[in-house]
Amino acid sequence: MERNTMSYKSKQFLMFAGPALILFCMVIIIPFLYGLYLTFTSWDGVSAEKPFVGFANYVSAFKDAYFWASMGRTIFYSAFAVIFVNAVAFALAYLVTSGIKGQNFFRAGFFIPNLIGGIVLGYVWKFVFNRAFVAIGSAFTDGTVPSLLSSTGGAMFCLILVSVWQYAGYMMLIYVAGFMGVSDSLKEAAMIDGCTPSQAMRNVTIPLMRTSFVTCIFLSITRCFVVYDVNLSLTNGEPFMSSILAAMHVYNKAFIYKDFGTGQAEALILFLVCAIIGIAQVYIGKKGEVEA
Amino acid sequence: MNQNELAAKQKKRRQVITIIVLIIVFILFVIPFLLVLINVFKTKGDITSNPLALIGEHGFTLQNFPEAMAKMDFWNVFKNSAIITFSATILTILFSAMASFVIVRNNWKACTLFFALMIASMVIPFQVLMVPLVSVYGGIFGILGSRITLIFMHVGFSVSMATFMFHGAIHSNIPLELEEAALIDGCSRWQTFWKIVFPLLKPTVATVAIIDAMAFWNDYLLPSLVLTDKEIYTIPIATQAFYGTYSTDIGLVMAALLLAMLPILILYLFLQKHIVAGVTAGAVKG
Repeated sequence: MERNTMSYKSKQFLMFAGPALILFCMVIIIPFLYGLYLTFTSWDGVSAEKPFVGFANYVSAFKDAYFWASMGRTIFYSAFAVIFVNAVAFALAYLVTSGIKGQNFFRAGFFIPNLIGGIVLGYVWKFVFNRAFVAIGSAFTDGTVPSLLSSTGGAMFCLILVSVWQYAGYMMLIYVAGFMGVSDSLKEAAMIDGCTPSQAMRNVTIPLMRTSFVTCIFLSITRCFVVYDVNLSLTNGEPFMSSILAAMHVYNKAFIYKDFGTGQAEALILFLVCAIIGIAQVYIGKKGEVEA
Repeated sequence: MNQNELAAKQKKRRQVITIIVLIIVFILFVIPFLLVLINVFKTKGDITSNPLALIGEHGFTLQNFPEAMAKMDFWNVFKNSAIITFSATILTILFSAMASFVIVRNNWKACTLFFALMIASMVIPFQVLMVPLVSVYGGIFGILGSRITLIFMHVGFSVSMATFMFHGAIHSNIPLELEEAALIDGCSRWQTFWKIVFPLLKPTVATVAIIDAMAFWNDYLLPSLVLTDKEIYTIPIATQAFYGTYSTDIGLVMAALLLAMLPILILYLFLQKHIVAGVTAGAVKG
């Protein structure tokens, strides 16, 4: 059998990679390119022709004050969510690797929110904020307390809280793997050299876990930037459209206001902002990596 | 001796504090679920008057379940979710394991290019693709509103990540000598893959299956764009539609939310170890 001919190679390639290649192109490559094309048209989603408009969509995206407001909120939300997700996840990982009894039980328990989709989680928390918290608040004061979700700042706080709760367990697993990757002998060596446990943590364990930090921060940034389902079910942009994050704005622009060209241009801008921040973070994070 | 005793005592105390902190955090973590659980057995009036009581004034009731199940069309929706998740997961595993095999074992240009494209595509968020997806497959081909379309789209979206993971597994865990031995014994590449390589990929298959099945089961945005017909809704879409219609009937909402969470929680009870291990493996490699 001739193994070096073009026909053998392409037959082998298509036999093994064909199905994956076809689906990958159909679902990602073609829509991505078609999406670029759509940004230069003004399509309403219904009519057959898609008039070419040049850069008009990008101009209107840059002029869309609501879009930039939602972008600003997304950056605010992501900044707080990423910091708290990682702080909580790291603390939990530290506690569940300290060698206590039942640590596997706790690991499994903290992971539970990740099992359930954002839509359902959002509704569960909506009930908690609107009913349970209000009932607790009213028990301690005279009148009825308004729900946190009904005020502008409150809704944003709720979004951040739910995201921290949702992602912390997942990131915890990555930090746990990081903790377990730092060998005990290194910590012991540091202790023998006179480090206190907290010094050993700061100067030995954390620097060696840098990869875990880079991974977790990257994952949480890229997730927070495009969060949609929790936003939809928990606040739905209320009150007064003050909690619409960028992903929801893009969705509404395209599918509710039927402005597909501008919506797609804004989606691309969102993608670029997210990619630049994510890649910059990985680049900075990897630069100072150390090895044991 | 005294020093040692003191150190042991201190260690013991630190452990007790750690356990207490963990228990408090754990309770905070599960409180939302507990609140749903206690309210699902109350009447609508009891939930409104006191959502914190363990048992409502009108006592324990199961009436929320049958009504919510009927209105949500629960068994049908469950069946849809199961069919879609199951088929998409199997296809993702088969297609990406096959693709990664040819990519790892050959340094042809097509392989390198395909793999590079897949890696690069992993940073593209769904938001960038959703409008063109709807306009191509809804507007031009008109094949939305079908479970099969959704299954293929799920596979298309997850195939790059899965191929990446199988690539790593084949590259570092499958010895080339095994395949050479199979070749000498007269196996074709196709037979070698299915008889020798694929069975050895079991741990990665489990990881990919867990990650993708969870993602497919819980996905909302893609199914909400593809499944236009109520008959083929999945659980997240049905929950959202249900909430939109019956949000004031809080007893039913509680039942619907619990029903939506129950299947995966029950599964977690049995497969907890595998799920945690699989997710960790996936996250650390990805």
